[in-house]
Amino acid sequence: MNQLASLQIIIPLIAAPVCILVYHPRITWLIATVTSLFSLVIALMLLTDIGDHGVISYAMGGWSAPIGIEFRIDMLNAWMLVIVSGISFFSLLFAYTSIKQEIEESRIFLFYAGWLLCLTGLLGICITGDAFNVFVFLEISSLSSYMLISMSNIPRALTASFNYLILGTIAGSFILIGIGLLYVMTGTLNMIDINTSLATINHSNTIHTAFAFILIGTLLKAAIFPLHFWQPNAYTYAPTAVSVFLAGTATKVSLYVLFRFAFTVFGVEYSFGMMHLDIMLMVMAIAAMIIGSGVAIFQTNLKRLLAWSSIGQLGYIILGISLLNIQGFTASLLHLFNHALIKASLFMAAGCFVYRVGIANTENLKGIGKSMPYSMLAFIVGGLSLIGVPLTNGFISKWYLLLAALDQQAVFIIFIILFSSLLAIIYVWRIVEIMYFEEPTDATRNIKEAPITLLLPTWILVFANIYFGINPQFLTEIAGRAAATLLGTVK
Amino acid sequence: MNSVAIIFSLLIPLIGSVVILLLRKWPNLRDGSIFITSASLFAIVLQLYFSLTAGNKPELQLLEILPGLKVAFIIEPLGMVFALLASFLWIITTLYSIGYMRGHNEQNQTRFYFFFAIAIFSTIGIAFAANMLTLFIFYEVLSLSTFPLVTHSGTDEAKRAGRVYLGVLLGTSMGLQLIAIMWTWSLTGTLDFTEGGIIPSNTSTTIVFILLALYVYGIGKAAVMPMHRWLPTAMVAPTPVSALLHAVAVVKAGVFTIIKVVVYIFGLETLTTKGVNELFIYLTALTILLSSLIAMTKDNLKARLAYSTISQLSYIVLGAILASRWSIIGSGMHIVTHAFGKITLFFSAGAIMVATHKTEISQMRGLGKRMPFTMLAFLIGSLSIIGLPPTGGLWSKWFLALGTLESGQALMLGVLMFSTLLNIAYLLPIPIRAFFAQDESTTTPGIQEAPLACLIAMAVTSTGCIVLFLFPDPLYQLLQRLVL
Repeated sequence: MNQLASLQIIIPLIAAPVCILVYHPRITWLIATVTSLFSLVIALMLLTDIGDHGVISYAMGGWSAPIGIEFRIDMLNAWMLVIVSGISFFSLLFAYTSIKQEIEESRIFLFYAGWLLCLTGLLGICITGDAFNVFVFLEISSLSSYMLISMSNIPRALTASFNYLILGTIAGSFILIGIGLLYVMTGTLNMIDINTSLATINHSNTIHTAFAFILIGTLLKAAIFPLHFWQPNAYTYAPTAVSVFLAGTATKVSLYVLFRFAFTVFGVEYSFGMMHLDIMLMVMAIAAMIIGSGVAIFQTNLKRLLAWSSIGQLGYIILGISLLNIQGFTASLLHLFNHALIKASLFMAAGCFVYRVGIANTENLKGIGKSMPYSMLAFIVGGLSLIGVPLTNGFISKWYLLLAALDQQAVFIIFIILFSSLLAIIYVWRIVEIMYFEEPTDATRNIKEAPITLLLPTWILVFANIYFGINPQFLTEIAGRAAATLLGTVK
Repeated sequence: MNSVAIIFSLLIPLIGSVVILLLRKWPNLRDGSIFITSASLFAIVLQLYFSLTAGNKPELQLLEILPGLKVAFIIEPLGMVFALLASFLWIITTLYSIGYMRGHNEQNQTRFYFFFAIAIFSTIGIAFAANMLTLFIFYEVLSLSTFPLVTHSGTDEAKRAGRVYLGVLLGTSMGLQLIAIMWTWSLTGTLDFTEGGIIPSNTSTTIVFILLALYVYGIGKAAVMPMHRWLPTAMVAPTPVSALLHAVAVVKAGVFTIIKVVVYIFGLETLTTKGVNELFIYLTALTILLSSLIAMTKDNLKARLAYSTISQLSYIVLGAILASRWSIIGSGMHIVTHAFGKITLFFSAGAIMVATHKTEISQMRGLGKRMPFTMLAFLIGSLSIIGLPPTGGLWSKWFLALGTLESGQALMLGVLMFSTLLNIAYLLPIPIRAFFAQDESTTTPGIQEAPLACLIAMAVTSTGCIVLFLFPDPLYQLLQRLVL
């Protein structure tokens, strides 16, 4: 049973070079998909295992911490592992058809190899209990995601990817510097050990600096406003399946790193009591929710609109943390999952349009509802979920978030949340209006509905949105327990 | 058996909507299927009515989203009144729509009937909702499903109207009503409609006041000023939709929700003992008077009726907020009597438009000679809105007036009386001029009536106005149980 933790990383890591050896596009796709499915199954097994027996600690290679690398999985990690591998699996289902148009066939095997490396990196970040290991996996996932983005046929993908590379590298270096400073001060890289030694030494300026570097690094990787510059272009010009994958996982994992460092490594007393992280996060969350959603209203490219909407939605996630109560944490962790699901289904719907009209801008979407009704309906349901209409999963996270705010008597925050939802109504509705009312142009009149291979994964996720809106107990219980572990690490 | 009936009351319109889509190629079959659907819906609601009068209280729980957060239904008197009203008028509106839509050669009729059925489905959901969350869900479905109806013509004007419509309704509900609901939840830990209210009596006056404000303005469908803008702009919709919006479903869903909130969330006692309702009484009174005055300035018939609706809705809201026994009964009755009166007026307006393409009141002089039946129906509808015998409107105003006295708001009695005068001033001249004035631009003498289907529909609703005058007792018996 214990080997599961290592298998989580090793399977995708081995599958990646296998893809390069195999070369054949369809078989590499199959390898990547089956690998993701394995990862998902393992992640679910780990989750149930932790649910039953508590935290799993796994010493990599038999070397126990602090010398070796420890994989330490609690409810929060397991939760992240499920999200990452699940989104990877479903976006790969979508990739099979959509990638054919967006990437040259001779490169497809490289694409899937890169995808698996990215998956390895993201899973690794979540599973490891070693600070330096976080950095290593972060770089693996980052480098491969630059590659995934740059593979798109759209020339601007190259500049978008380069932009991301520069900022991503800065973020990576910042995190490395932060970890280095921590190592200097504590002499260990194991997260729990760092935490225990930090408690015994005085909080010097070095520690403050380490905190600042790690904070900025993770926020930059997570595209939290105002450190979001790389994100809209990267999501817009990347192949759609990559947008689905990265929007659902990469930024969320970076936020996870932030939470992990703030809570487990530095500890609540330090991060929130001394450094007032909650105030910083709240300010950024409010700015992100208003500006991200506000800018989304004016976008003409559907994928860019969704990218900006993501910037706004990440605001909800950090807002929940900044409220500093168990309901807020639960809301954050719920929204990590729900937003991954919502945004993945919306990007998939956008991908359906891209598949038929090339670029999904407002001009090309005019009246498209008549020729692609099922894709439009998927977009509408996803949009309603994004707005947070009852019976969708978006409502559940908003419900918890509002309860958390009410609990703190933060009336101002409540209005910000609702104002941001109103902005979401506007940007979703604007697109729906264009698709539903405008007269079809020549580009949209004679096109067919997206192929079933695209519609099927899209609708699976759309139904998941509704399912988890009607029956969220499973999610709320896990998120609640994960939130409790975040708080529990303090005591 | 009864919980099965509840499921059916929700399923029938849904199945009906699918059947409408399937039969889109055969208009006659499609329209026939709507009759069957609406008639069977009415039958099933009637069965639930008899079960309710027999003393049962059918309940049904569909889902439990989070602990205590349920999607559930219950049959109680007020919801029963609303469901009976909506399902009965659906039959009549269908009859009228068929005449109107065919006479007017409207496009996309299948889409129209489809969303109409969905709107009725959500109305039934609202009527039978057992808690505020369920009600909220169906409230939103109703906003969304009526949007394609409002924008039916697809013109720029319709699209603009649609934007205002959805903007105000979703904006208020997501922005204010949802906060109110969550706040209620965090105060009480439940959202169930409970007799006597769920807000604890030791809640501070300020919080109750804010909550009431959030509910009154968050329920945008009740069109209390300044949340009324969507109603006149939505007039671009085809007339049967206006009838649905104004008489049957949308606005009535709004005022219905307000009565529900007052009776089952706040509880009459909490509201009156704390005195938080004082300010809202004056604000709704203001809406009553202002919108009546605006109605007088409108020459477009549908616009005048729209402002008249805003004013009449505030009667109901006023009755609810006064929170006395008589005023609640009056409010509940006014939902019904106003529905019959207003739907008759809209049917007439639509009939005039189909037969003569006239929309402005100034063009309608002497019209009574060409369209005597239509104008007679219009007269009866007007009398009911004004509250004169022999129409049902008399009773609801009677109880509302009693309510103002019971709660010691004699000034409000004055407001009601003054508003009645205004009603006379803006409604009665229309049929009077139509019958007695000379039509200067007479082209074709003789009778030129609307399609037969429209006439039958008008005959039924105007008869309804008179029947409500003669036999108000069943309605009274039902509503009385609300305040016992």
